[in-house]
Amino acid sequence: MKDDLSIRKIQELFYELKVGDVMMKDVITVSSNMQMMELRAILRDNRISGTPVVDDGRLVGIISIEDFINWLAGGQQENRIAGKMNREVKTLYEDEPLVQAISIIEKFGYGRIPVINRRQKSLTGVITKGDIIEGLLKKMEVDYQEEEIHRYRASHFFEDIIADKTTLIFQYFMKGCDAMRNHDVDAVQNGGRVASRIRKTLRRLGIHPTVIRRTCIAIYEAEMNIILYAGAGEITVSIHKDEVNVKVKDSGPGIENIEEAMSPGFSTAPDWVRELGFGAGMGLINIRNCAQTFSIASEKGQGTVLNFGIPIGAA
Amino acid sequence: MKIKELIEKLKLKVRCGGSQLDREIARGYASDLMSDVMAHSREGDIWITLQVHLNIVAVACMTGIAAIVLINNREPEKETLEKAEAEGVPLLVSELPAFELIGRLYSLGIPGISEDAE
Repeated sequence: MKDDLSIRKIQELFYELKVGDVMMKDVITVSSNMQMMELRAILRDNRISGTPVVDDGRLVGIISIEDFINWLAGGQQENRIAGKMNREVKTLYEDEPLVQAISIIEKFGYGRIPVINRRQKSLTGVITKGDIIEGLLKKMEVDYQEEEIHRYRASHFFEDIIADKTTLIFQYFMKGCDAMRNHDVDAVQNGGRVASRIRKTLRRLGIHPTVIRRTCIAIYEAEMNIILYAGAGEITVSIHKDEVNVKVKDSGPGIENIEEAMSPGFSTAPDWVRELGFGAGMGLINIRNCAQTFSIASEKGQGTVLNFGIPIGAA
Repeated sequence: MKIKELIEKLKLKVRCGGSQLDREIARGYASDLMSDVMAHSREGDIWITLQVHLNIVAVACMTGIAAIVLINNREPEKETLEKAEAEGVPLLVSELPAFELIGRLYSLGIPGISEDAE
């Protein structure tokens, strides 16, 4: 069963990794005007068995050690590479998946395939079987290490604690500055501190990067709302086994019409706030889009309470 | 394409994050609105903006943006620079206006977010 899983993982990598990820970028090339005699030294010195032929930045053919041997055997007719190279070159684009490279190598038996940039049509690299194997091994090693770190840290916390239910809670208290009313440009510009601290904490806990990203984008938006609109606020993050839950409570003026506040583009922010790139009426929507559960409760003069949850298994 | 290749091709000035320039750029996104960038940008993007305040670094960290390019020779504020250096976010400055810079990035092969082959 475990064997099946790892085979499937490699097959996924064939599709996930791109030719450009594993190809050799520093390519030795020759020009079609070059003498066949010179080719021998180039192949030998660079320990390669073939090389693309490039004229004025364009790929015009490919020449291999086999062509060189045939040339020797054939009595050294035709001294320039142009006469001996293979002009029917099979190429790959940088952004094609590895599986494409493998199928071409298998089908045609080529040792190396030149790689072309899709937009500029210029030669950007060469890919060989060796590059593919090396690329896969590197990727598997990196993935494995990341997985190990995640597993160690996360399990360390939740599995070592003996309880029916474990929840880790951390809180952040914000001395809101009512920036909007006080025209506090500095406070607006310096926002994002809580989100940044939470991001670091979640990282240390080994939470999956996608979950961290979604959580912190939502918290950042909530934090900016506190800075802009509220006198003070409090952000509480609870880590459960399967969910990150966030509660954001402020003592601001409250929202008169929640439906209106939740509609895209609705904002009460003045021009100076908008000029800094805030107050565009997208904050609450961003939060809702990042979260799986979302609720908002507010009353005019009573402050606002936001509650949202991001599933940990969702990544 | 790597960040350092873009710097060379577009004559961008590096203000900080010099050790992170080997990162590969996935896609490009341009916006001056923080929420908009948060909603649309992803890991590895290059972000073109005219905003120079501290929050651009926070937004880049949350989304995993690989580099920020400031247009029209706009220089980052001191706090922005310090924070970006601490977080390892490259801040680059271009003398070009947004339209021209984005045009050149695009013609160099940096795709937009709608072309992403996810």
